[in-house]
Amino acid sequence: MTWEHTRTRKLKNYAALTLCSFAAFVGLFWLVFILWDVFVHGIGGLHISLFINDPAPPGIEGGGLRNAFVGQLIITFFATLIGVPIGILGATFLAEYARGKKIARLISMLSDIMVSVPSIVVGAFVYAIIVKPFGHFSGWAGAVALAIIMIPVVLRTTEDMLSLVPWTLREAAFALGAPYYKVIIQVVYRGAATGIITGILLSISRVVGETAPLLFTSFSNSFFSVNMNEPVSSLTVTIFQYAMGPYDSWHSQAWAASLMITLFVLVLTILGRLILKWKENKG
Amino acid sequence: MVSGLASLLIIALVLGILFILISESSLAIRRFGIWQFISSTDWNPVRESFGAATGLFGTAVTTGLSLLIAIPVAIGIAIFITEIAPNFLKGPIGVAIELLAAIPSIIYGMWGLFTLAPIMADRIEPALQKSLGGFPLIGLLFKGTPMGIDLLTASVILSIMIIPFTASISRDAFNLTPDVVKESAYALGATKWEVIKDVVIPYSKLGIFGGVVLSLGRALGETMAVAFVLGNNHQITASLLDAAATITVTLANEFTEADTDIYLSSLFYLALILFVMSFIVLAAAKFLILKAERGPSQ
Repeated sequence: MTWEHTRTRKLKNYAALTLCSFAAFVGLFWLVFILWDVFVHGIGGLHISLFINDPAPPGIEGGGLRNAFVGQLIITFFATLIGVPIGILGATFLAEYARGKKIARLISMLSDIMVSVPSIVVGAFVYAIIVKPFGHFSGWAGAVALAIIMIPVVLRTTEDMLSLVPWTLREAAFALGAPYYKVIIQVVYRGAATGIITGILLSISRVVGETAPLLFTSFSNSFFSVNMNEPVSSLTVTIFQYAMGPYDSWHSQAWAASLMITLFVLVLTILGRLILKWKENKG
Repeated sequence: MVSGLASLLIIALVLGILFILISESSLAIRRFGIWQFISSTDWNPVRESFGAATGLFGTAVTTGLSLLIAIPVAIGIAIFITEIAPNFLKGPIGVAIELLAAIPSIIYGMWGLFTLAPIMADRIEPALQKSLGGFPLIGLLFKGTPMGIDLLTASVILSIMIIPFTASISRDAFNLTPDVVKESAYALGATKWEVIKDVVIPYSKLGIFGGVVLSLGRALGETMAVAFVLGNNHQITASLLDAAATITVTLANEFTEADTDIYLSSLFYLALILFVMSFIVLAAAKFLILKAERGPSQ
């Protein structure tokens, strides 16, 4: 092998490694660019009136997004209330009663797919089964749509967490004469608690930023309403409407709302990761 | 018992979505058929004539272009994290890239509309026109007035959104390469790049492919990020600097405006096509990733 040959190989090596490092830089660049941009634009619109006032009539300065903040909270709350128990129960079946069976593998594969299925399709589905029969948009429809998106997320993370609980622990409880349901509630759930909570946090952070499934389920409402049988305003749908609207004051409110959502999602995501890491270090 | 029902709910959901979408779109299926609906470029609510070709075109172009932009970057990131970065950087960079996936798509949309679109219109698109516009064929891709609300901007945003999926799955696949195999290549005098190119990547190609297919599935169904910057203009165009429509954007913009039964039914038909497409793609991705986890590709 000649010296020339070695040199070109080395040059190629450096060039390729530099390109890969550059790719990592590009990824980080987008993250910082987007977060910084949302922060800079959003911070100007953050004002106490944003949280305590309802929207002003179009084109008139002032007003706030109290209705959207409250609406987002109750829709997410009810979605969690519907989605989390179903997800956890389903995961319990897969990881405990049907462990290793074909049906368990099929269901967990289907939920993996459902995690990534376009959320707008879920919106269309809920429109057909709830909005159309009742004849009007409603907060319940939005909550159901978000719950449908949540269920597979909670189910998959919980299933993984339950499977991590050592089988011997269950056997020890069986040996004491505990029936299976008691073992699950008092031993397995307890052992997997932090993991399950992390899964719930991550699933909430996933749905809190969802817009597409709410567009034609909970729709929007320019008035303050906590009635789940009526259209309920949400932050994300409001952002979409305000951003596409013509007024500068709308844009600045949309940015402020974007900042709040981004902060909320990032805090939840990072919190979830920290809990997982803390658990890994502990046990 | 209850838990069994809860898990069967997943199967019920998949079948339910399929069934409901089919029954809601039956009116349009009967009126337009399958092949005619897919191939017709007509989208005219006034004359009640609908076809999916423009939406499919927009979806295909934005998805394809975004994959083209995202894949090299994502694989580069995966290589950087697994092979190049010092240990103390591996974790933080991995988390940072995954945070890209955590940012809600509506935030991408906001950022795309108010920040990226003007940059594209003022700087990048004129520069592309100047440098590539003169070439035959390639020039056609960059015709028209740069407005920033077009296929190219939408694809760039989509590409940022799917980077984390390809990157994290490729990273996991790279990590599966046994150290002994890499070390034996190093012992033969291979450079780091040669080890990556000739050992690590061939060893994990199935996993990488799975990651790419998963990204494809995610890009197909992405709605809000593209809804802001695509313009919902039903047309098939050669230029990437034209507004267009994807299936998802059409649904997001027109669902609540559909005033006739056939209009709504056609929108459900679009949703059905989207659901079936992404379900197949995602199932393929899942299959590839599972196979990659089970063992090396031979």
